[in-house]
Amino acid sequence: MTETATDPTGPVLAADGLPLKRSLRRALRAQKLRALMLIAPLLIFILVTFIAPIADMLFRSVENEIVADTLPRTARAIQDYDPDLGGMPSDKVLAAFTYDLVAADERKQHTRLGSRLNYEYSGISSLFRKTGRRVDDFGETYRDQFAAVDPAWEEPATWIALMADPDWVAEYRAWTAAGDAAKAARRDFAQAQPLFRLRDGVEDILPETASAYAEFARIVQVEDGDDPAAEGPWAPVYLALYRDLLHVGPGAIAQLGPEAEAMLDAAHDAVEDFAPVDLSGLYLKADKDWADPGVWGTIKAFSPAYTPGYFLNAVDLQLTPGGVAAQPEDRQIYIMLFERTLFMSLMIMGSCVLLGYPIAYLLSNLPLRTSNLLMILVLLPFWTSLLVRTSAWKVLLQQQGVINDVLVWLGIVSNSGRLILINNQTGTIIAMTHILLPFMILPLYSVMKTIPPTYVRAAKSLGATNWTAFWRVYFPQSVPGIGAGCILVFILAIGYYITPELVGGTNGTFISNRIAYHISSSLNWGLAAALGSILLAVVLILYWAYDKLVGIDNVSLG
Amino acid sequence: MTIRHLLSATALAALPAGFAFAEDLPPCEGCADSLTVVSWGGAYQTSQQKAYSEPYAEMTGTGFTWDESSNEAVAKLRAMNEAGNVTWDLVDVEGPDSQRLCDEGLAMEVDLDEMLAPGADGTPASEDFGDSVINDCFVPQIVFSTTFGYRTDVAAWNGKEPENLCALFDTETFPGKRSLEKRPKKNLEWALLCDGVTKDELYDVLDTPEGVDRALAKLDTIKDDVIWWSAGAETPQRLADGEVVIGSTYNGRLFSLIVEQKQPVKMLWDWQVFDYDGWIIPADLPEDRLNRVMHFLHFATDTQRLADQAKYISYGPSRASSQPLVSTHAELGIEMAPFMPTNPENQKNYLVNNIEWWADNQDDVEAKFQAWLAR
Repeated sequence: MTETATDPTGPVLAADGLPLKRSLRRALRAQKLRALMLIAPLLIFILVTFIAPIADMLFRSVENEIVADTLPRTARAIQDYDPDLGGMPSDKVLAAFTYDLVAADERKQHTRLGSRLNYEYSGISSLFRKTGRRVDDFGETYRDQFAAVDPAWEEPATWIALMADPDWVAEYRAWTAAGDAAKAARRDFAQAQPLFRLRDGVEDILPETASAYAEFARIVQVEDGDDPAAEGPWAPVYLALYRDLLHVGPGAIAQLGPEAEAMLDAAHDAVEDFAPVDLSGLYLKADKDWADPGVWGTIKAFSPAYTPGYFLNAVDLQLTPGGVAAQPEDRQIYIMLFERTLFMSLMIMGSCVLLGYPIAYLLSNLPLRTSNLLMILVLLPFWTSLLVRTSAWKVLLQQQGVINDVLVWLGIVSNSGRLILINNQTGTIIAMTHILLPFMILPLYSVMKTIPPTYVRAAKSLGATNWTAFWRVYFPQSVPGIGAGCILVFILAIGYYITPELVGGTNGTFISNRIAYHISSSLNWGLAAALGSILLAVVLILYWAYDKLVGIDNVSLG
Repeated sequence: MTIRHLLSATALAALPAGFAFAEDLPPCEGCADSLTVVSWGGAYQTSQQKAYSEPYAEMTGTGFTWDESSNEAVAKLRAMNEAGNVTWDLVDVEGPDSQRLCDEGLAMEVDLDEMLAPGADGTPASEDFGDSVINDCFVPQIVFSTTFGYRTDVAAWNGKEPENLCALFDTETFPGKRSLEKRPKKNLEWALLCDGVTKDELYDVLDTPEGVDRALAKLDTIKDDVIWWSAGAETPQRLADGEVVIGSTYNGRLFSLIVEQKQPVKMLWDWQVFDYDGWIIPADLPEDRLNRVMHFLHFATDTQRLADQAKYISYGPSRASSQPLVSTHAELGIEMAPFMPTNPENQKNYLVNNIEWWADNQDDVEAKFQAWLAR
């Protein structure tokens, strides 16, 4: 204090001599940190269980890396293909596809990709499955023809000498030796093997061969755990060599060193006279459906790593090679389901308000003893299993069920004219209204509890009729409860799944039933994610609209 | 005295199956000492426990954990695989699901002849299983069928009873509600069969764009009379309540409705659709767990064990060599053969789902079917 008094221009200092501002900030920061640490468990929990899955879902709805990952060369080459012209793609694309497919087959990924593309174009699944079994023979005639020129072409060592980086060969030998030594000494050996590397320059001179052989060598190493120097390459590698040699000049071959030059030169001279293989013919022989431009068009349309395809499907459109088009009319269901889900959720919300409001009013105005008893009647079904309640509605509502039996017995309906109350929209609305009713009653009740009865009495003493007193004085005070109940019921209803599935029949099911189907049966998780994202967006938009119209501050849970 | 005598007789009768094999079962080397098996729950899982796992556990002391998740096995296995932590060792799935798992690389490819016992008569396993070997990953177990049950006390039928499948579409002779599955599979095939298509041409017709429309047009004729089901228990419940007069479901469900609950319902085996149910092994299991699975499978899929299962549930063993061994129900004591889908008497007309066609066209046809339902 004395210091500040003596030096009025300097900063205000705290007791420990530090500027007051800084020590205040420090104290606040510590406090903030402490507060943050207190909420950290909740924050982390929400991040892990809520934010992360939603982010993952949004990502899945556009992610499409499987095509480019499994067919990298095809994805590049097929960009020149024009499906409108019809027919098979060029040999360049087919060759790229062959290298990709044989590698995918070895890694057992081609059927996975087939299932993925089958969502977009029916039939691709079995096309990939069938052709995958045969593709490792494609190029076999070239192997025979190269072997006729020089039998050394069938020797694995020839290929290693031509393709492999000498450093890698040395490293790999050292690694195998170390592994053998460890085995002899019965020690564990966990050192990772050096992955195959191409020698310098070969990629520029023999691009397709280098790429196909490198893939082969790595698969032999990783998938089979074998030595690439002990295995002759797949037939498609010879196809690649043939195609490369057709285009390469003799000067380029010389760069690969004297040993390779001699062999390659001989082969280079011979390839001109090789009997060429009709690649399209091989594919057509494997399956005639390869002639369908739709198949190639689909591969092209879905080759990018991210695709709008799932979202388009989710709104009854489709991504075709020629751009966005509408789904055929007999396949359009999603827009209709979204509309139905929204409409029925609103109906359910409305009937919950109509039924819940009087009950909540009664609960909050009856003497405590009676209202507690009534409250138990509200809560008891709330605590009962959802499935039990839904099944109970089946027993009640079906045509040979309790309600129809009573109506027939009372003579209200004839035996042949029993009402259809279940397996349609009526059934879903009745069962879901019952199931969601507590979510309306409870917030209404807690808001009504806080409305002082004196206000209504005051209104009446000033001459208001019962109705005016209720409508002008009581009801406006209960609106926050209606708001809270409506939001709860509507948002719960829009994502409901099990009740519509069991009592909804054909026209009482929701979009969530389709989402469940795509998650658990068709495994089309991308489409399920897109449908889910749209549902999420719709809820957020409605919430925003509600906030604008009613104001979210006017919502109260009590 | 008589009671004791009886008791020891039943004890003896129950023993031999397990006993004779105790000596034949080779020791399991480098094996995990527990197994997590996924199945369907209910009576079916009980039959597996009685016929397979209980005798096996008795002989080897292996601990079994059962997970009733077969219904969503494909999705769960894929999620586990993505998370890199597959906790299941052996999964019971239907044929089409095994195809999906195999295609997705989630199930291991198996060599049946190498890993399973030959038939009791020495036939190699793959031959003994015959048609039920549907893909490279599937270890067949049972044959079940989807077939029809109808009420025998419908007054409006004037004493007539359905004799063939097409009674389903004959709403004049056989008025009343029908119960069909809310999926296109099987319904389309049945519709075409009753629309004059022969069994041989069936999938060729379905493969044309008009084929599906033709089947849906046939189903259109009864659309107003159909209540659709999505869970296997719904048709039996509706038949029992008189809510429907005829409906499709799995034959085992009808067996318990008729035999155990004694409802006035009869089975209509005409054009029953066979499906296979069996095991798949998740891909990339650790070695010790895989050894245990293989050891257990060798035991649980041999001729006697498959026949034993039929004592507890009316599903047919998928080995040909097991057929003659099918005997009576373990508790009810009735002869099981007449309730088996594989009984020659019951399979005069039958269909086997073309799994490959459905794998290709499922998504497309499902969308069409759902759009049709909603119209």
